[in-house]
Amino acid sequence: MTAPGLKDLYRSMVLIREAEETVLRLFSQNRMPGFIHSYIGEEATAVGVCAPLRPDDYVTSTHRGHGHIVAKGGDLKLFFAELYGKAAGYCKGKGGSMHVADLDLGILGANGIVGGGIAIAAGAALAAQLRGTDQVAVSFMGDGATDIGVFHESLNLAALWDLPVVFVVENNGYADFIAQRDHQRIEQVSGRAAGYGMAGETVDGNDVEAVRRAASEAVDRARGGRGPTLLECVTYRWRGHFEGDPQPYRSQDEVEAWKERDPLVLAERRLAGRGELDEAERDEIRDTVRARVAEAVEFAEAAPMPEPLSALEDVFTDGAEEGW
Amino acid sequence: MSRLSYAKAVALALREAMAEDPAVFCLGEDVGFGGAYGATQGLRDEFGAARVRDTPISESAIVGFSIGAAVAGFRPVAEIMHMDFIACAMDQVVNQAAKARYMFGGKARVPMVIRAGTGGWLNAAAQHSQSLEAWFTHVPGLKVATAATGADIRTLLRAAIWDDNPVIVLEPLSLYEISGEVPDVPGELVLGKASRKRSGSDVTVVTWGAMVPRVLQAAETLAAGGVSCDVLDLITLSPWDTDAVLESVSRTGRLLVVHQASRRSGFGAEVAAVIGERGFDLLDAPIGRVGSLNVPVPFSPPLESFVLPDADRVVAAVRRLV
Repeated sequence: MTAPGLKDLYRSMVLIREAEETVLRLFSQNRMPGFIHSYIGEEATAVGVCAPLRPDDYVTSTHRGHGHIVAKGGDLKLFFAELYGKAAGYCKGKGGSMHVADLDLGILGANGIVGGGIAIAAGAALAAQLRGTDQVAVSFMGDGATDIGVFHESLNLAALWDLPVVFVVENNGYADFIAQRDHQRIEQVSGRAAGYGMAGETVDGNDVEAVRRAASEAVDRARGGRGPTLLECVTYRWRGHFEGDPQPYRSQDEVEAWKERDPLVLAERRLAGRGELDEAERDEIRDTVRARVAEAVEFAEAAPMPEPLSALEDVFTDGAEEGW
Repeated sequence: MSRLSYAKAVALALREAMAEDPAVFCLGEDVGFGGAYGATQGLRDEFGAARVRDTPISESAIVGFSIGAAVAGFRPVAEIMHMDFIACAMDQVVNQAAKARYMFGGKARVPMVIRAGTGGWLNAAAQHSQSLEAWFTHVPGLKVATAATGADIRTLLRAAIWDDNPVIVLEPLSLYEISGEVPDVPGELVLGKASRKRSGSDVTVVTWGAMVPRVLQAAETLAAGGVSCDVLDLITLSPWDTDAVLESVSRTGRLLVVHQASRRSGFGAEVAAVIGERGFDLLDAPIGRVGSLNVPVPFSPPLESFVLPDADRVVAAVRRLV
């Protein structure tokens, strides 16, 4: 497998951006149920981290997980169908935006509980270690998740057991509505790595090449049996915590300043500077991506809703029909 | 047939499963050293520290790592030293283990067992004595079971380990040192089948866990007074054997449910409600329930034995029904 070039990473980021903008549009038209946590602005983190991963590596994702699914190679049609609550979706309409999973791609699920996937990723890494394969597990989480108890338990034990896991903190500056300075005393989350005796690093989470470089080192460390890493990617979520969030906790100036550091534009400029991307090719990439997303939406829209009785399947239960 | 303590029967079940399938491994606090109550004694010597794993005091990690390993193809057996401590891991049990298969459209399997040392009569006070089965029978996606004898816990653990769902197995610590006959070859236990511990015709007594020997003692006393009890040990609470209870009640016309857990909102309330709905015409008396008084489990021996149910209370409750 040859390492993907910057253009491949860029293409993947454009795909996430287009998918997410489409989700926002459809959601605002009330065509999707539930609620949406947008990944826009953080694309470089998902793409840079997933770049060194193999299809048989594991990831656990978050409530803000759309980018992870796409970056790990998820199927856009099944993804959109799930967001629509359709039977053809990844989870047959039982999971939705916050629970998209693709077990065949090692995606052990997005998670509605902040920090909910941290221990699960470490457990998958334990399975790889016990099996003697060189698979790696990545747990994505936000800065808010680094305050929850299971973060501490999992990092301590993963370090103790030298597990092949990379804990990726997408530090987007906010835990729900609370700015990082108001939810933890530290600025660099990666500093916590020292407390567990594991490697830690902070990178610019909007620079996809910087993320890929750091993630590759962490993944190599894990694959080589040299233990876990706490990798902090400093980024920013352009949208609110959820769609409809009135965002009383931050200024539009702050948002605009971060938009100046758009990870896609950074990559575009770099590619152009290297003479690897002209306007025509940029447009072609966008058109291709747009067509892919449109095709997925078309599939999702046309797919049938699940039969109500299918709600009683796919779980152990004693008397699911009780109360009907 | 050999005579084994309950704890040794647990170890036997784990040994058999680990020998049979390399996907089975154990983890928990002190399990490598044999466990706080001896249920994993000798296993690390036999299978090595990679498969009998001591963990830090980290209940969320114990359960969460087990979920990840299970989804990735293993059959972990996690030990929670005292069931009370599972409160520290509730997100992992309730929101993760119980939900993964369903949320992901049936594509994830979570074949894991949580063994939890359970219950009172240890003079261990309010945080080391609870029987919290009702927390988990309330959550679809989990199986919940317990056993009162060495022979039963051995077969139950086998069934739990080979099950593809998360199973919570309550092991009553007050029974750990009690010895009984354990067959050389394990029987096949089907989760969801009750076990008749005594046949009778006057009253059906449904119970489980640590109350089984106490109910049998009460049945002995009652028999001397001419009252015959049909004693069913449910063994699995989720799923539970409604048919066996209905069949028994169809013969006795009377039902008493007995458990260690607080009577208030205990699983006995579920049993009573379902039998009330489905067996109303079979009943000749209101359904009775015996459980702990609705206070935390106290430390001092006379306080603890007052709060927890005992054979005398079972006898009195049966006498009120006949």
